[in-house]
Amino acid sequence: MTNRAQRRSTGLVIVSTGFVLLWIIIAAVPFLWTLWGSFKVQGDFFSKADWANAIFGVRTVIETGDFFTANGYIGAWVEHGFGESVINTSIIVVSTVIISLTLGTLGGYALARSGFKYSFWILMVALVFRAMPHITLVSGYLLPFFEWNIWGYLPTSIIVLVAINQPFTLWMLHSFFLNIPKDMDESAMVDGCTRLQAFWHVIIPVMWPGVITTGLFSFLLAYNDFAVTSSLLSQDNQTMIPKIASFLGTTQVEGNVMFAVAAVVSAMVPLFILVVFFQRHIVAGLTAGAVKG
Amino acid sequence: MPHRTFFWFIIPSLVAMVLFIALPIVSVLIQSMHSEHEQVLITSENCSPFGCKQETIIDTKATALLKAEQPLGQFIGLENYTNRSHLAFSEVSLAWDSKKDIGDFFTKILNLPFYKALSFTLTYTFVVTPFVILLGLAIALGVNSLPKFAKGPTIFVSLLPMIVTPLIGSLILFWMIDSDGVLGAALQYIFDDPALSLKASPMLTWVMLIVYGIWHSAPFSFIVFYAGLQTVPADTLEAATIDGANRWQRIRYVVVPYMKPLVVFITLMQLMDNFRVFEPIVSFSSEASATSLSWIIYNDLTQDTQLFGSAAATSMLTIVGVAILLLPVLVRTWRDFNRKTH
Repeated sequence: MTNRAQRRSTGLVIVSTGFVLLWIIIAAVPFLWTLWGSFKVQGDFFSKADWANAIFGVRTVIETGDFFTANGYIGAWVEHGFGESVINTSIIVVSTVIISLTLGTLGGYALARSGFKYSFWILMVALVFRAMPHITLVSGYLLPFFEWNIWGYLPTSIIVLVAINQPFTLWMLHSFFLNIPKDMDESAMVDGCTRLQAFWHVIIPVMWPGVITTGLFSFLLAYNDFAVTSSLLSQDNQTMIPKIASFLGTTQVEGNVMFAVAAVVSAMVPLFILVVFFQRHIVAGLTAGAVKG
Repeated sequence: MPHRTFFWFIIPSLVAMVLFIALPIVSVLIQSMHSEHEQVLITSENCSPFGCKQETIIDTKATALLKAEQPLGQFIGLENYTNRSHLAFSEVSLAWDSKKDIGDFFTKILNLPFYKALSFTLTYTFVVTPFVILLGLAIALGVNSLPKFAKGPTIFVSLLPMIVTPLIGSLILFWMIDSDGVLGAALQYIFDDPALSLKASPMLTWVMLIVYGIWHSAPFSFIVFYAGLQTVPADTLEAATIDGANRWQRIRYVVVPYMKPLVVFITLMQLMDNFRVFEPIVSFSSEASATSLSWIIYNDLTQDTQLFGSAAATSMLTIVGVAILLLPVLVRTWRDFNRKTH
């Protein structure tokens, strides 16, 4: 039985496919353009003469004698120590994800299994906290952190990012835990497990997909953050995104902006790899809150 | 789950949120009522054979001491909220009294830093959100009718604008739209105006920031709608077809009602996220034409002399804005909750 509801006219197919194609171009071209341009000199990527120079690399050939140049990458990674900020970012991101998930699974599990009124209110308050622009919180941190001499260090930023992450992590894990039948932990407890043992030996093993998905979003929040890391870290502990922003302050010097372009491409690579491997999880995570209520 | 167990499970998460979200709000409130110390001045009289001169110098030692003793600064009550950088009551009333017409009044108001930021933030929020919903739904309907092999790659490419760091995503677009970039050149050609550039045209800057916002957020609503489309039951659609509904009617009367809760969800998320618009302003360095509430807070905090009081006052006003945005949702949940319990 062919599905009559899904049969459609040729004209409609063309229009809708064309629309999707247009969207794909809009979504992908900026990335490809920047990736291609990052191997050119500034005179080509920001061409005053002819935009086609960015593709054919006319000035690149004149200035470097080659079709591609890695000068931007060398400048960013070797001369300006982009590598250090990559290490700082890795420390911050890995710690934030691990701590967020530890606190979040415990809390999310409790919220999903407790029918009391206050668990509802905790979720509501978390929603309000989730809506808070991060920079408003930063303006609350700065002065106390200066006074206590904890400003500028990586652990401070990690704890702040974990806390900012909590409302979202709680919501997401809570909705994943709701999908796991209550009978599972209850029967384990009838068999003599304590609540914590039931949580650890019975629930967590079936929760992995949910934990991975939530971990991905914690990763993205920590990795993509600019407001917190740019104002809470000292120059020595700078992470990637503030580093890229600091390249922009010195764009006057010819060629420096290409360092920023190269750094931007370098910072995009881990995100793309993430999407390649975890596309299914990301889609599941985006819809967890919406479709399941 | 007994209260005790619940308490032990939730406490680490709760402590983190109280310490680093709830208390900072209190800290912001206190800071917003303080302002930087004035510098301590010493006036001394210098006498020379040609007469005596009064000289005023800054006592740096005493100033530093005062700062160390009272890091908060001096208490000034609500003055931070009413001064020129924030609600600017006196400037607004002056502009109202001296207005030639209503347009002149708004021009004057929108030159004040807070109102300038507020106007862009609100415009951005309320233009981007509906566009994101419509575009996302359109893409979802389009992708849903693609052959199966094409769906995966399409979703992969669609996720990129959303997953990319906002600062990086907006930089990439900025480099293309800037007057030396490819889109900038295209715009100059289309409008036949070689002087057209982001820096010269506030209008273009606003449009491009909004275009960035839509580009960045459309994938989110696309994915949510796409997942929602998979849950629309096929037999309901089939029944509608047998009853004679055409394609458009099927979308309007069967699909859209199924999407309603999703629209509420996306709207809520988008309002929250768009209201905090910040990174694109930094990337576009558009502060001359467009600023946002988050950006003016950041600007106060990153100046040479950090204006904690001023930043805190803007933060409080921003938090009030967020509360107003969320109010409908909270009231609704409160009502649902009461109905359930009574």
